[in-house]
Amino acid sequence: MGRSFGTAEFLFLLRAIPSTLLLSIGALAGGGIVGLLIAILRITPSRPLRWLATGYIGLFQGTPVLMQLFVTYYGLAVLFKIQVDAWPAVLLAFSLYSGAFLGEIWRGSIEAIPRAQWEAAECLSLSFPKQLWYVILPQAGRISIPPTVGFAVQLIKNTSIAAIIGFVELTRAGQLMTNATFEPMIVYPIVAALYFILCWLLSLLAQTLERRIDAALGIKQNF
Amino acid sequence: MNYIFQFNVVWDHLPELLQGALLTIQLSATAMVLGLCVAVVCAYGKSAGPRPVRWLVAAYIELIRNTPFLVQIFIFYFSLPVIGIRLTANTAALVAMTVNLGAYASEIVRAGIEAIPHGQVEAARALGLKRLHIFRFIIIFPALKTVYPALASQFILLMLSSSVVSTISAVELTAITNSLASTTFRSFEFYFVATGLYLAMALGFRAGLSAIYWAVFQHGRAA
Repeated sequence: MGRSFGTAEFLFLLRAIPSTLLLSIGALAGGGIVGLLIAILRITPSRPLRWLATGYIGLFQGTPVLMQLFVTYYGLAVLFKIQVDAWPAVLLAFSLYSGAFLGEIWRGSIEAIPRAQWEAAECLSLSFPKQLWYVILPQAGRISIPPTVGFAVQLIKNTSIAAIIGFVELTRAGQLMTNATFEPMIVYPIVAALYFILCWLLSLLAQTLERRIDAALGIKQNF
Repeated sequence: MNYIFQFNVVWDHLPELLQGALLTIQLSATAMVLGLCVAVVCAYGKSAGPRPVRWLVAAYIELIRNTPFLVQIFIFYFSLPVIGIRLTANTAALVAMTVNLGAYASEIVRAGIEAIPHGQVEAARALGLKRLHIFRFIIIFPALKTVYPALASQFILLMLSSSVVSTISAVELTAITNSLASTTFRSFEFYFVATGLYLAMALGFRAGLSAIYWAVFQHGRAA
């Protein structure tokens, strides 16, 4: 008989949660930088730059994350002629992926700012970067918090895909424990429950933030 | 960098890749139809059903939306046999995709139902229509029309995330690419081309879904 699923196995799963969270946070940070760049490129007056950003978004929203992961993983290996470590490849792929989605979310937030704000900033003879930095982004940032947290939930779930290329996070830990104990009916539901707790807490946070921001902006809730 | 790209190997294996793409399309299209049916039933249950049904549907939606698709697939393929439900890889993939899409789409459909002006429902009730008839003849058609763009995006996300079912040996595009990449040692080239195929399929589905929208909602109907 092999191992059975006990406390040690459960702790092994718990110990994989930091990897999942760290990857999510890292991707969110990397994706934040890419996303901000993409969002700004999408609204610049220059047409080629806008096309570039649109192309980027189309590419990353039109292909599976798994494929992006494979291409980055083997692409880095080809570039540097060595088998790369999983961390940089996974982090890069998820950052580029998040960048496309965050870029679209934040562009929406920027475009939700009334035109008059831009015009007023222009009347003060602020340059385009200054209009963005001092007038538009502070307001757009506030609107964008709820959808950004919503995307973070998606991201946490999608990091499970990194398990496929052997990156040890929660799902991969689940696979390892299933292989050790032959008890998929216990292990996978527990893995699912752990994800559920992570995502559900974040969703609750998003709802609270949304309500608080609506209250702060004086927007009435019409259920 | 002295890696020499050899795309002719990929070219030789193109028929196999296309075969895989065909299964991806079949799985996705079937899951879209079935998932939409699940979504409509759940949306009806959640907005008009008795309280226990409402709770049940809400639990289903939250459970699916807060756990990763990969873990859901593992549960359908690896965990269910323990309690005697043995599914083939393709069936498990299809079931997982349908269940997953059903949860996401039912929230979208419900948003459409809630957007129907209340006066319409009251008017239908005044005409003596039964609840199910009101849903069937008054609510669902305009509701689906309103949320069609969101549904179409969800469908395409589903097609893209179907790449993950390669992990349970359903031989769709990603699985074929994996096996070709590991037998020819041309990983980067194969994943690059497969990514291109996914992009093409995403564009194709987008065009197809727009055509369906036109045929179902616009044809012969002056708003």
